[in-house]
Amino acid sequence: MTAPILSIRALSAVSELGDAQPILRNVSLDLAAGETLGLVGESGAGKSTIAKALLGVLPRTVRITRGQILFEGRDLRTLPRRETRAIFGDAIALVPQDPMTALNPGRRIEAQLTDGLRLRRGMNAREAHKRALELLAEVHFADPERVLRSYPHQLSGGMRQRVLIAAAFALEPKIIVADEPTTALDVTVQKQILRLIRIMQEAHGTAVIFVTHDLGVVAQICDRVTLLFAGAVIESGPTSDMLSAPRHAYTRALIAAGPRYDRPDAGLKPVPEALVAELRLEVAGGGR
Amino acid sequence: MTEVSASSFLATSAPNLAVRRLRALLAEPKVTIGGGFIVALIVIALFAPWIAPKNPLDQDLMLASLPPAGLGGAEPSYYLGTDDLGRDVLSRLIYGARIALIVAFVAASLAALAGTALGLLAGWYRGWVDGLISRLVDIWMAFPPVLLSILLVAVLGAGVGSVIAAIAIIDWTRFCRVVRAETMAQAQADYVTAAHAIGFPPFHILVREILPNIVPALLALVSLEMGIAVIVEAILSFVGLSVSSDTPTWGGMIAEGRQFIHQTWWVFAAPLAALFATVLAFNQLGDGLRRALDPVLRR
Amino acid sequence: MIALAVLRRLLVALATLAGVAIVVFVLLRVVPGDPVAMMISPGASAADIAALRAHYGLDGSLLSQFVVWLRYALRGDFGTSISLHRDVLSLLGERLPATLELATAALEFAVIVGGAVAIVGAMAGRTWLESVIDAADGLLLAIPDFVWALALVLAFGVVWPLLPLTGRVDPSVGAGMSTPFYFAESLLRLRFDVFFDLLKHLAMPTLALGLPLAAVIARVLKGALNEAMAQDYVLLARLKGMSEFRLVMQEALRNAIGPTLALTGVQFTFLIGGTVIIERIFAYPGIGNMAIEAVINRDLPLIQGLVLVFAVIFILINIAVDLLVALFNPKLRYA
Repeated sequence: MTAPILSIRALSAVSELGDAQPILRNVSLDLAAGETLGLVGESGAGKSTIAKALLGVLPRTVRITRGQILFEGRDLRTLPRRETRAIFGDAIALVPQDPMTALNPGRRIEAQLTDGLRLRRGMNAREAHKRALELLAEVHFADPERVLRSYPHQLSGGMRQRVLIAAAFALEPKIIVADEPTTALDVTVQKQILRLIRIMQEAHGTAVIFVTHDLGVVAQICDRVTLLFAGAVIESGPTSDMLSAPRHAYTRALIAAGPRYDRPDAGLKPVPEALVAELRLEVAGGGR
Repeated sequence: MTEVSASSFLATSAPNLAVRRLRALLAEPKVTIGGGFIVALIVIALFAPWIAPKNPLDQDLMLASLPPAGLGGAEPSYYLGTDDLGRDVLSRLIYGARIALIVAFVAASLAALAGTALGLLAGWYRGWVDGLISRLVDIWMAFPPVLLSILLVAVLGAGVGSVIAAIAIIDWTRFCRVVRAETMAQAQADYVTAAHAIGFPPFHILVREILPNIVPALLALVSLEMGIAVIVEAILSFVGLSVSSDTPTWGGMIAEGRQFIHQTWWVFAAPLAALFATVLAFNQLGDGLRRALDPVLRR
Repeated sequence: MIALAVLRRLLVALATLAGVAIVVFVLLRVVPGDPVAMMISPGASAADIAALRAHYGLDGSLLSQFVVWLRYALRGDFGTSISLHRDVLSLLGERLPATLELATAALEFAVIVGGAVAIVGAMAGRTWLESVIDAADGLLLAIPDFVWALALVLAFGVVWPLLPLTGRVDPSVGAGMSTPFYFAESLLRLRFDVFFDLLKHLAMPTLALGLPLAAVIARVLKGALNEAMAQDYVLLARLKGMSEFRLVMQEALRNAIGPTLALTGVQFTFLIGGTVIIERIFAYPGIGNMAIEAVINRDLPLIQGLVLVFAVIFILINIAVDLLVALFNPKLRYA
């Protein structure tokens, strides 16, 4: 098997606020080129932190204490700024969570879509305009010219997210970090967007890290899954294996907690408190 | 037997809240420093006859235009020097504080009263009442305030009473706007709906339910208004429209000092410094009050 | 869409103007102290007094006086000044440009200085520099223009006597001006000696009026910029590789101006009101100074004209602010 395009090794981080709570505990994961990895966990599990670290936008309140983030074999933590500039936002791109706030309400779509092309690829206005049209056609816009001329508030939530996806793929990144890109959308639109991401990813050969708390989403488009709890990796493996034959009790409980649409009377089974408490202790004691 | 109010059911018992607020107040440095200065000023003004070294009205042309103590040619007992009529600048400064503070407190209170009353009505009843009052506020605010105050004092005749009336008549709009907005916001709150459901009349709801929750914002605004009142009084006495020219006022001293500013700059500088410090103190006090009381309210 | 909004504004403005006129009219008629009595010479007959009164439109009931005044006013005739014995409208026309020059100078100063401070503060974000800026802001905001003007008089008049304390222009230098718009005219006619003299005289009143406004702009704009900088689209833009300066100017600024404009507009009307006392302090020959004289002299027609001029200026500023806010908010332009 070829070397993974991204390899996180024993990454640990703490909070700089107050009592220095651990945010990441010894996290390790691999991402192969072109594969879709699901990063799953409840709120506070650390998935957003990993996403931010991959993009170089960790807040000042979080400090990495040890570990490596190897992108194509090079450790992002030790590279000089000159070199990371070509990686963050370029080779590693972001599809953000909330399409409402991720687009500047005061600028037209064309301006925002062509920014990266002009800044990082040196295109002039005409070239960038042409490329932007192509990108919008790829994300299934019937009238790309009109979209380019529009302001964000003139587009629906789903349309905005498609623009953001187009923007993410604009620079032909090697990795895309998708930070819960469907959370802010209607359920009907969610499926569209997920399918679109999958199509784009296969067409461009990009690896995707899909941050989510929704196992249903994972089942739909992720090749492999890494499950996090309280900053530590609980279980990791191919999606079909993990969902059909989970090894860890927490994974089992999570899967069981999902609502059964085929058995509406079955009621909901939340993850048992005892299991969570036990897991907390296990994780704090050193984790896996 | 004390009257029941719906908000008291929903809040903690009164004495605890008051004590907590007082503590929060005193912890805020702006309140202690600004408030401390004002309190000191009040004390000085109250005990002026005993604190002031000389009679502020005494003229002595032999001792005219003396510089403050420490500079060449000064008289030791005239700490801040004398003006062109030989009057002690320090004593006049101390007595000037009296006018400043009287105007500040009375005018600000009157403006607050009128503005709050109208604001409550506008915010509660809405409809044509609000339309009328808001139109009134708009017309009022289309006048340049300084010009209007000068006009009013000219109409009402010179004197402390006119100055106070003029300030109150002009600045009630400031309170009205804030109270109106707050009332409209509070009127949506649950405790008001509850009070309404219980059957309390509007007057009761306004005065005993909504008003106490607006008081913190009001207090900060009142402090600000007092600073403004001091300035307006200074402007009016600068232009010569305030009290009679015998009674020392800071604005009047500044106007007099302006005439001979190159020769006796201290006559100009001393009241200006006093004005500066007082306005700053009221402003900081208001700012501190706003900060200290707001989060307590939200708790 | 915009046209309708503007029309509504204008109608409201007219109503407000009418209200202002009425209030002033009534107020002035309540004045104790008969202005006419101050003008007559001793020994004048009752007929003379009555004639004088009629000449100035001071006879008849309150309502009839107002109607008469209104009829003339709508034709552009605002009567004759009692104290200066000249047509009110021409007096206003003579002095208004000076005040407008002062107000615009103060506004430009405030926007440039306040804007720069806000932008630097937003770029500095949560460092010691921002704390310094906030503290200085707080101080400037607390002190009104009246006190600043006096402090400036003390500083530059006595301590470092660099600038002239009074007037608009040195009479010997500015004698050749033909229009009341000295600033524009001196530039157009390339009379730089006049121009610099104007600047020297404008410096202190402009500073006195502009500092409080600059402080407001700095605080509000910085707050709005900081809020915009915290948004997701700025994060995305940062990932695109933009410099901090470009982030503030290109991404944040356009979304921060809207809320800033509304408050700045209100503060600017205060500035206009402040010209009354500032012009007095610096003996600057504008309408503010004239207004104080007019009140002291009970010059009813002049006072009325002046108050109306101020009201019109206030209303125009409010309308302008509304239009500008719409300009910067695409949501309002393309509903």
